Amino acid sequence: MTALAAAAPVRFWQRSTLVRHLTLSVLGLIVLYFVTTSLDSFANLQFAQICYTAIATAGLTVLSGLSGQISLGHGAFVAVGAYTTALLLEHLDWPLVLVLLGSVVVGGALGSLVGVAAARLRGPYLAGATLALAVGLPSLADYHGLRDLLGGANGLIVTSDPPPLSLGETFPLERWQAWICGLCLVVTLFLLANLTRSRIGRDMRLVREDEQAAALSGVHVARTQIVTFGISAAFAGLAGGLFAIVNSLAAPGAFTLSLSLSLLTAAVLGGLGSLAGAVYGAVIVTLLPNWTADLAQQADLPRAIYANIPLVLYGLVLIVVIIAFPGGIQSGVRKLGALLQARFVRPLQTRQETRR
Amino acid sequence: MGRFLDLTLAGLTSGAVYSAVALALVLIWRSTRIVNFAQGGMLMITTFIAYTIVSHGGSYWLALIVAVLSGLILGAVVERVLVRPVEKRSPLDAVVVTFGLLVLLQGVAGMLFGGTPRSYPPAFGIAGFKAGDRQLLFAPNDLWIVLVVLVMMAVLALVFRKTNLGLRMRASAFAPEVARLLGVRVGRMLTVGWALAAAVGAIAGVLVAPSTFVSPTAFDAVLVFGFTAAVIGGLDSPPGAVVGGLALGIVLSYVAGYLGSDIVTLASLVVLIGVLMLRPQGLFGSTKGRRV
Repeated sequence: MTALAAAAPVRFWQRSTLVRHLTLSVLGLIVLYFVTTSLDSFANLQFAQICYTAIATAGLTVLSGLSGQISLGHGAFVAVGAYTTALLLEHLDWPLVLVLLGSVVVGGALGSLVGVAAARLRGPYLAGATLALAVGLPSLADYHGLRDLLGGANGLIVTSDPPPLSLGETFPLERWQAWICGLCLVVTLFLLANLTRSRIGRDMRLVREDEQAAALSGVHVARTQIVTFGISAAFAGLAGGLFAIVNSLAAPGAFTLSLSLSLLTAAVLGGLGSLAGAVYGAVIVTLLPNWTADLAQQADLPRAIYANIPLVLYGLVLIVVIIAFPGGIQSGVRKLGALLQARFVRPLQTRQETRR
Repeated sequence: MGRFLDLTLAGLTSGAVYSAVALALVLIWRSTRIVNFAQGGMLMITTFIAYTIVSHGGSYWLALIVAVLSGLILGAVVERVLVRPVEKRSPLDAVVVTFGLLVLLQGVAGMLFGGTPRSYPPAFGIAGFKAGDRQLLFAPNDLWIVLVVLVMMAVLALVFRKTNLGLRMRASAFAPEVARLLGVRVGRMLTVGWALAAAVGAIAGVLVAPSTFVSPTAFDAVLVFGFTAAVIGGLDSPPGAVVGGLALGIVLSYVAGYLGSDIVTLASLVVLIGVLMLRPQGLFGSTKGRRV
């Protein structure tokens, strides 16, 4: 038995989670470089949009999938991140890294605050409270005491630095933004992947499965829930900061209920709790409105129809996926992988073993 | 002092509508332990149906009756088709499905009617009553709204307490297995519960439409306020929903009058979290009701 275990091939990168995630991250960065240099400006812009959507979705999927808390209002944290970046760029001359970190910190702080309430709320109660946050927060921008600071209904215009001159004078702005967003996405996925496999990730799963059992085995339930909410909101804040930079805008109209909805759709569609699923989901919900707009233009549909197609599809996806395919895309990918492995890899291994 | 009275009266009227939405949520929570996040979307659709009738020259009353009937049908269909499969699963699933239905309905309404808000006629006059030589901020139409909600609550209480149907519905909600053994068609009772709730929501929609206008997203805030009201009242108790709705309406009216109307939704969030922190079971609820 021990001889068999020793003989089983363990590749070096499978031995340590950290090494594995680092390898994957480096691979991700290389892919990022080649993809962004081969895409045109518009595609790079979409790439950047996918990246910041995936960052927010990854945060949400950790919250809902791992610790079992639901948020219908993650768009509110994205809004907070966007306004933080807009204000920092306008009033202080900080480097971009610090500005984005500011959005992370402010998003995380508000998230922890909500998390304190969330730790006492369950299921639908938490969903209702976060829904109220998503509906109510954007109106704050137009509140008479804050209108001068936040720009009212028109919002704030965000001007960020152009690409550094060392990249050449004709370096496209879109590719630079795609780089920033892509780098942030890789860092986010690296951090969250390690987090979910760490002690706190295990605590989160325990809390989701059975709060009483978790408490009995020494897990601080409320603290775990608050920390999870804070982390999740911090990444939504980062996504918001990137949103502000890519779209040069932070305005209440951009952070409606349907933003929170598209994040939830991406998380559910990809497979709740799976980081890879968050990326698939983000790709689909980002590209979907563009596709439908193109199709509608070709078919000459009235605006009221095609503007609402994404909404209808988001709704249908949420209902159908939850009822019929609760695992989302990621569970399909996993099943396909297992199928392929059973079909090709395992016969190969047995053949090798019998030869030995 | 006059302003205070005006704000109180205005809050009473809007609070009555929140009570009606809260009643619909409570009806569904009692029978299925699900918070129906699609409630706002369902009452938006029935209000659009009523609007179509009114705008084609139909009377207010015909539109109200058709809205209630379409609410009954919509509620029953939603329960049978969408809620039945997720009823016994984790509360997360039900939340996502009803939220999905909310936006599906908003998208469909946007396709059919566009995003422009449309005005809806009130049932009665909107010029305030006169008290001496002072005009109050309380009109015949406001009186109508408050009366309808009170009558609705009384009728629902009668149905639940005094009729055979009400007894079977309560039995299905509290002990479905025992009820089934005693010959109650539990599934059918749940469908009836959803249909009733959607009808109550439909009435609320028609009542609130003159002041909010009608558009796909016009009732998002009404849903949030209805949820808050229901939670204040304990989610389990119909009288709690009505008291919670009236209290919330009056508080929010003061917030709008003294602080600014832009932060009313946020104020309701503060009220919601405040109540849940101090008394998680709500003012009228039992402790058991909170655990899901």
